[in-house]
Amino acid sequence: MAPISIRNVKKSYGKTPVVHGVDLEIRSGEFIVILGPSGCGKSTLLRMVAGLEEISDGEIAIDGTVVNRLEPRQRGCAMVFQNYALYPHMTVAENIGYALKVSGVPKAERRQRVESVAKALSLEPFLDRRPMALSGGQRQRVAMGRAMIREPKVFLFDEPLSNLDAKLRIAMRAEIRRLHRRLGATSIFVTHDQNEAMTLADRIIVMNAGKVEQVGTPEEVYHFPSSRFVAGFVGSPAMNLLEGRVNEEGAFVYDQGRNIALSPERGRAFAGHRVVLGVRAEAARLVSPETPGALPATADFIEELGASRVVHADFDGLPFAVALTGNVRLKPGDRIGIMIDPDAIHLYSADTGAGLAAPARMPSKSVDA
Amino acid sequence: MEKRVTFSSTTVGLLFALPMLLLIFVFFYWPSAQAVYWAFTLEQPWGGGNAWVGFDNFRQLLSDPVYWGAISRSLVFALSSTAIAMGMALILALLTDREMRGHKIYRSVFIWPYAIAAPALGLAFRFILAPEAGLLSIINQVWPGLWNPALDGKDAMIAVIVAFSWKYIGYNFIFFLSALQGIPRSLTEAAAMDGSGPLRRIFDMQLPLLTPTLFFLLVINITESFQDSFGIVDVMTQGGPARATELMVYKIYFDGFKGLDYSGAAAQSIILMLLVILLTIFQFRFIERRVHYK
Repeated sequence: MAPISIRNVKKSYGKTPVVHGVDLEIRSGEFIVILGPSGCGKSTLLRMVAGLEEISDGEIAIDGTVVNRLEPRQRGCAMVFQNYALYPHMTVAENIGYALKVSGVPKAERRQRVESVAKALSLEPFLDRRPMALSGGQRQRVAMGRAMIREPKVFLFDEPLSNLDAKLRIAMRAEIRRLHRRLGATSIFVTHDQNEAMTLADRIIVMNAGKVEQVGTPEEVYHFPSSRFVAGFVGSPAMNLLEGRVNEEGAFVYDQGRNIALSPERGRAFAGHRVVLGVRAEAARLVSPETPGALPATADFIEELGASRVVHADFDGLPFAVALTGNVRLKPGDRIGIMIDPDAIHLYSADTGAGLAAPARMPSKSVDA
Repeated sequence: MEKRVTFSSTTVGLLFALPMLLLIFVFFYWPSAQAVYWAFTLEQPWGGGNAWVGFDNFRQLLSDPVYWGAISRSLVFALSSTAIAMGMALILALLTDREMRGHKIYRSVFIWPYAIAAPALGLAFRFILAPEAGLLSIINQVWPGLWNPALDGKDAMIAVIVAFSWKYIGYNFIFFLSALQGIPRSLTEAAAMDGSGPLRRIFDMQLPLLTPTLFFLLVINITESFQDSFGIVDVMTQGGPARATELMVYKIYFDGFKGLDYSGAAAQSIILMLLVILLTIFQFRFIERRVHYK
């Protein structure tokens, strides 16, 4: 249990900067997920907290102590690696107990603690096996056990679930969440999988190209993405984004020439600006093509998700996703109409990608950027 | 699709293999068979007939304390040169692995000694270790007569061991370094997160994970030290002083070509061959099975 402060932290390899000044305050006991595409610097940031990567500039403090100059072992963090990094020449029990052995815990106590960790992770039958003789999920649990046994102040996870199959991944997600509730250690979890981020996080940090794009609860990040990048990255399907211009009458004109109505005050505020208009698939409605005010499109294909369906439509040559409700029957090639509620529209700057306006319905913390 | 070329008739295949088979036969099987034959006969020094004597040659050798001396010297030589060559190589590789700047240069530079022919190497070390003018002559300046491989058998043995080890340090280094680099970085990092410092990581992670390489090099080094030592001994000491550096392989040459005792030399080479085979089998049977983790 320890708060972590990251103050203007930068990282560069030689002259190539990979992390450009990150500021974060992580509260004690919080579960933070850093989400971003590969190469965005999220793992580098995590490894700087762990002490595996030197901090080029700025400061990281764990529990009030600046750790820039401390060795990994002095920082009180435990880490779960993507490929588990189990010691192949040691048994499961030796793997889990290695940290205790290094710190000189007597053998009897060590064994007792290894057994209790193994019990919590249902690893007891495998304690004498080598990692080679374990399945992926079991290896994953050994890696967790190795991190747990030290009762660390901070847990770091570097994409620990990405090598597991879909079913196991969901089970392990629940297990990690349960573990966090029980141990209460501050956790930082790095992933490129937004479902993981959504289900695990107290707060999500979305990173792109070495910068933090947005910090917020999963709901905030989903409903009020603060930049064009976040809007296009979070959510499945991602938000529909159309680039265009707000005309003098206050309507959005996208590049193919059709108008989409904006609410009057937005239209006035951004008249003449080049903007990107964003609509979530579930905020758009499917109507018959003849409905007045509907945008005409063609159904391209229908994504069957079991509980719901998404129509991927061709909208003047642009892809546009609409969530389907009820029993509408559609086949590829059908003419459809799309209704967009002016209140559900997000606007982003076409030049910088910064958020200009978010739906008015929910109180938003990320309108201004 | 079958990528191999297959021949419909066995004859064509055999014809293709024939040049190589011929080489192997002429330079390997024939001399070996000849040696085995000679070992059981008494050959005349100038040729012209021999007599079958059974195991007499072996009986005579094994009851000769001089021969037993050569065996024990060979063992001392093999064990110490292997220990030095592998130990030094391991230390160098561990240091290089930690700070990898310029590792490509080390890699190629350290393999060069292995490419030097043993006699050239022996000659170089003869100069380096010469008591009157070499690097170690400084010692003699302070304590006159302390270092003299031409007179002191122990010094001579040290000299050949050093020369031989020097040749194999580079060879071993290459293997150790590539094995060390084959250890996943995340393992080292995980150990660091577990609180293990650099020195502790060497003993807990790197060395255990290096054991397959350690074993392989142990076999190679010991085998080679029995066979590859001839050139160095011949150039540096000729087995002297007073047989102090007369190793098994050198004694074969000396008895056979200087003493013209072909039969005795042939018997010795059979014994050396058996010894190397036995050592290798022993190492594979008792060590190898403990070193793999898969």
